[in-house]
This record gives sequence, structure tokens and C-alpha cells, in this order.
Amino acid sequence: MLKKPILINLLILSLLITPIPFVKTNQVQAFSGQVIQHGAVGTDVIELQERLKHLGFFTGTVDGVFGWRTYWALRNFQYEFGLPIDGMAGPNTKAKLVKASKNYKAGNNSAAKPNAKPQAPAKKPTAANTPAGFSQNDIRLMANAVHGESRGEPYIGQVAVAAVILNRVQSASFPNTVSGVIFEPGAFTAVADGQIWLTPNETSKKAVIDAINGWDPTGEALYYFNPATATSGWIWGRPQIKKIGQHIFCK
Amino acid sequence: MIRGILIGVLAIAIAGTAYWGYQEHQEKNAVLLNAENNYQRAFHNLTYRMDLLNDKIGTTLAMNSRSSLSPSLIEVWRLTSQAHSDVGQLPLTLLPFNKTEEFLANIGNFSYRTAARDLDKEPLSEQEYETLKSLYKQSGQIQSELRKVQHMVLKNNLRWMDVELALASGKENTDNTIIDGFKTVEKTVSGYEETAQGLTLTNLQKKDENYKKIKGKSITKQEAADIAKKYMKIDDNADVKVTKNGKGSDYGFYSVSVRNNQTGQEASMDITKKAGHPIWFMNNRPIDKQAISLNDANNKALAFLKETGFKDLETFESFQYDNVGVFNFVTTTNGVRIYPESVKVKVALDNGDIVGVSAEDYLKSFQTRNLDKPTITLEDARKKVNPNLKVMEDRLAVVINDLNEEVLCYEFLGTMGEDTYRIFINAKTGMEEKVDKLKNAENMYEGVL
Repeated sequence: MLKKPILINLLILSLLITPIPFVKTNQVQAFSGQVIQHGAVGTDVIELQERLKHLGFFTGTVDGVFGWRTYWALRNFQYEFGLPIDGMAGPNTKAKLVKASKNYKAGNNSAAKPNAKPQAPAKKPTAANTPAGFSQNDIRLMANAVHGESRGEPYIGQVAVAAVILNRVQSASFPNTVSGVIFEPGAFTAVADGQIWLTPNETSKKAVIDAINGWDPTGEALYYFNPATATSGWIWGRPQIKKIGQHIFCK
Repeated sequence: MIRGILIGVLAIAIAGTAYWGYQEHQEKNAVLLNAENNYQRAFHNLTYRMDLLNDKIGTTLAMNSRSSLSPSLIEVWRLTSQAHSDVGQLPLTLLPFNKTEEFLANIGNFSYRTAARDLDKEPLSEQEYETLKSLYKQSGQIQSELRKVQHMVLKNNLRWMDVELALASGKENTDNTIIDGFKTVEKTVSGYEETAQGLTLTNLQKKDENYKKIKGKSITKQEAADIAKKYMKIDDNADVKVTKNGKGSDYGFYSVSVRNNQTGQEASMDITKKAGHPIWFMNNRPIDKQAISLNDANNKALAFLKETGFKDLETFESFQYDNVGVFNFVTTTNGVRIYPESVKVKVALDNGDIVGVSAEDYLKSFQTRNLDKPTITLEDARKKVNPNLKVMEDRLAVVINDLNEEVLCYEFLGTMGEDTYRIFINAKTGMEEKVDKLKNAENMYEGVL
């Protein structure tokens, strides 16, 4: 009962939010004022890709993520139109692009009547950036482990657990894949008691991405334990680096 | 009458429970057996592969012709990586079994390095033959110890599940043939560790792991807190806590954490004791809807790094994850990109706050470099690149190659078909040091994340 009004509110909110980029940007039609650069995600990127596709520069799928193909397409466009070639969609580039792709309609259409076409709801990015070498499924698996192991910990503590998994992958003394490290028998209690299969929350996913992107709060630890529940005496003998939340991290 | 019915019902209930219990028992046994079999397979695979490994190293030693040496070293490399994965499947994590795994990693590194090299131009040195010989001896020792354990396991019908139970209950001291056997294996390896690893293995450790190259005075706790203030906005409500590193750390650092008493928000960072460099910083706060562009965030991050003392950085990668931007900056000296010196910065896209910095890689590789001039020209290097690659960008760069050495390279960024590649050609030898296929955005699967 309680959930319904919230959902409706959210729906209304989202309807209110989406048209804003189109309202703000009279001078360059649908684009917002931002300079779009490599790695960006969102509706501006979709429009950029669609316009470049309309002109024949971009041949990939319009997914709303400024990746390499979009980058090269944009550079080629800048080259052909005598603009400085920097691979960024700044005001000049956008103005030229809008002018060159006059016949392009999709952006305006969907802005005017968002619900008219079945195409309209697909105007959200359909792809996501993931750190090199990791797929979304790898991230999900790690998030599962992090959630099972440290959901009561502060955020830093969760990043730390993810970092330990990655340090183990790097280390010669442990298996060299993420799944190998996680499922190594006896390595993580959450794996042994099945807590790894709890659904991870957004926080653990973020912590995993941070760790993959290079944040290691542990000082390169390979082990950690909770002093309150540790059963093995051996773990106390490891050289300790620091304590984060409830966990002591060691070499 | 009622009694009769009751008895009947109870009798049926008892029979049902017994049947159910029997079923459960059967299932439990099946599952246990399955797990046991997995352990057994990993163990027997391991011993088998150690046998093969020992044989293969032996034959490699005897070989003289370069053309057969490379394939044989590759075989050694393949076997070590398989044996490594077998070890990882055994329930020995609570035992100090790392030395054996390190030994395997060492053989793996050695065989990879030598196999990947052009042995016609640069044959195995005396030193390397010595290393190979001692690796052969070690692998022989491990093999025979493992053989002993295997024999006991087979003879006495030992079960790995018992090992796991013994480890889990902390009763490692009780007599357990498998545990004792593996402890002996471990001892054998560590006994060799000092003597065996010749020159070629010791310099495999890359980077300045302990920040030894950092120069400067040691800072105090108060100074650490002052440095932290540059990163986080500390107001009167904040609780600042500075702790020293534990004894186990290889280098000295301070951990500073700031907690806002009102909101309960927390920011933390580690700072090196020597010279007070930031190792990492992280501010975990809820981030609202995106209000600034990735490009603005990029500029803010660059300005921030300049302010905090990082010099000559340029953007190398930028990514947007929901409402945060993550940037990777690298040093550029005289137009040469120094890839090992990289700093990562996380920016909140709601107001442009810096919410994370990671300078670990930067600190580990930062040094004053004497960059040599390339000895081959850009055109010559260009000819070494696959002709099917459409080169779009080129520049000079320093990268770490497979052998963990810093090398000056020509970097070519280009496309082939639908993919983009980054290719590094050694600016002195013309060797293709590295080819990276650059990642495309991944399609979202409904409900995965």
C-alpha cells in the first residue's frame, strides 16, 4: 500500500526531470551546454551519436556512452569540417554539428511528445562504462562477496575488502582470477556459509568499482579478520597493517 | 477410539519423519561426496602436474637447440599455471601454504620471460641455467613430498572433508596426515627460497613497493591532519582521528579519518610518514543528480591536483559512472607520457567536489627520469605496426613491459575494424612491447546490476 504513492511520485518526478535538458538549450537546439568528452554518459551523448550517425560518421550502436567509436567519429567530423581536432564536443563543434545535421529529427520529436513513440523510453543510455578487464558480471560477483563479507562495515571497509580480493589476484600466493580467489575453499566465510548469495546493494557495487579503479585503503593487505569472531589462531600471527571498521588487515 | 486415531496419526508421522530424515541423510551424503570428489580431483591433478612439471624442466635443461627450448619452456609455463590453479582449489587457505604457490609463480615467471624472448639473439645465460637447475631440484623435492602425501591418502582412504573440518575447528595440532604432509612440502620449499632464486628472479618485483624513492622529512601526526584538511572540508563539527600504521606495514603512514558528528559522514585518507604524500583519499557522501559535465569535472580535478602539488599531469582516461566522474591522469615530460606515474581522481558530478584520490601508483613509480632519445624514427616504428591498423594518433610514452622494465616507446592509437587498439613499439629496438585492445562500453543486461 505504501509503495504505490511513492512509485507514482517517482513517475511524475521523472517526467518532470527529463524534459529539462531540452528546455534549457534553445541556442543549440537539443544539446545541453556541456562540453561532451570521452567517457561521458547520458542523453547528450545519445544525441551526439545520433547526429553523427545521421551524417554517416558514426556506424556503431547508439548506446549513450561516449566510447572510442564515438570519439573517432567525432574527430573525423571535426577534420572534415575544418574544426580543431580534439575529440571533444564543445560549443563550436556542437553548433557545426547541429547545422550540418538539420534534417535530423529524433531529438526534437521525442522532446515534444515523449510518450507518442515506442522509441521514446529507449532514450536512456543502454550501455555502461566498466573498468578495463572487468565485465559487469565480474563486478556483480565481487559485489556479492563484498556484501556477504562486510555489509555492516563503513564504506571504506567495503572498498578495503574488495581491494583485498584484487590484491590476492595480483599476488603470486593466490589464484589469479577473481572467481578463483573468491571461491578458494575456506578463504571467505561468506562463501562457506552461503551469505555470498544475498543480493548486494548499490554501496557494495560502488565499493567494488572504486577498488578496481585503483583505490586500496588497506596498504596492500592480503588478509583480514574480525578479532571478535576469528577462530584461527594462525591469523593473529600475520603482520598487521591497520584496522578499518571491525576488520584488522594484514599481510 | 480417539486413542486409536492418535496412535495411528503418530505412527504415520514417525514413519514420515523417518523417511524424510533418511532422504535428507542421503542428500547430505551425496553433497559431501561431491565436495570431497572435487578436492580429490584437485589434489590428484596437482600431484600429476608436479610430476609432469619436474619431467619437463628436466628435459628443458638437457636441451641445446634453441628452437626446441622455447616450446618446452612454454609447456613449463602452462603446467605451472595449471598446478597453481589446482593448489587454489584445495582447502588449505588457513595453512601457511603460500611458499609453494610462490614457487609455482616463480617458475611461471621465469619460463614465461625466457620463452617469450628471442633465444636466437639472446640465449640463456649461465646464471639462468643455474636458476633453472635449482628450480629443477626444488620441483623434484616437492614432487617427492607430494607423492608421499598422495600415497598416504590413497592407502588410508583419507578424506579432504576431514582436513577442512580440522582446519575450521582450529584443531590443527591433532594428527592429520594431509596437513602434516603439506606442512613438510611447505618447509621444503622455504628451505630453498634463499639460495635458489638467482638474479633473474629477484628483480621480478616491480615498482618501488615501499615508497623508498620518496625523499623528505618525516611528518608528525598534527602535520598529517593539516595535510588532510586540504582534501576534506573540516569544520567545527568534525571529529579528526589520526592513527599510525600497524607494525606489519612495509612503510610508515598515517591514517586520517574525519567524521562529521552531525551527518555521520566520514572521509578518510592515508598519508606517507615520509614527506607527507597522499596515498589515497576517499570521501563517501551521498551524491545528488548530475549537475556538471564530465568535462567540467575533469578541469576541476586537474586544478585540484595542481593545487596539491602534482605537476605536469594530463588526462589519460575519463569515465562516468552514474553521477561520479573517474579520471586517470599521467605525467607528461617534454611531450612524453609516463604511464606508470598515474593519479586517479573521483569527482562528484553534483557540485564538482573531489571525492577520491588514489596516488599509490604515482608514488611507487615517481622518480626523476633521464629520458633517452629514441634511436629509431617514428616512420620506422610505424612500419612495425600491423599494416591493417589505421593509425589515428601517435606519441612517445614510457610504459612498463611484460618483464617489468620501464621502456621508452612510440605509442600508436588506431582502429582496425570496429575496435580501437593502443600499440607500443620500443623506441630503441623496434620491438612490439604491448598491444592493448581498448574496452568498449558494455551493454546493460536487465537486472544484472
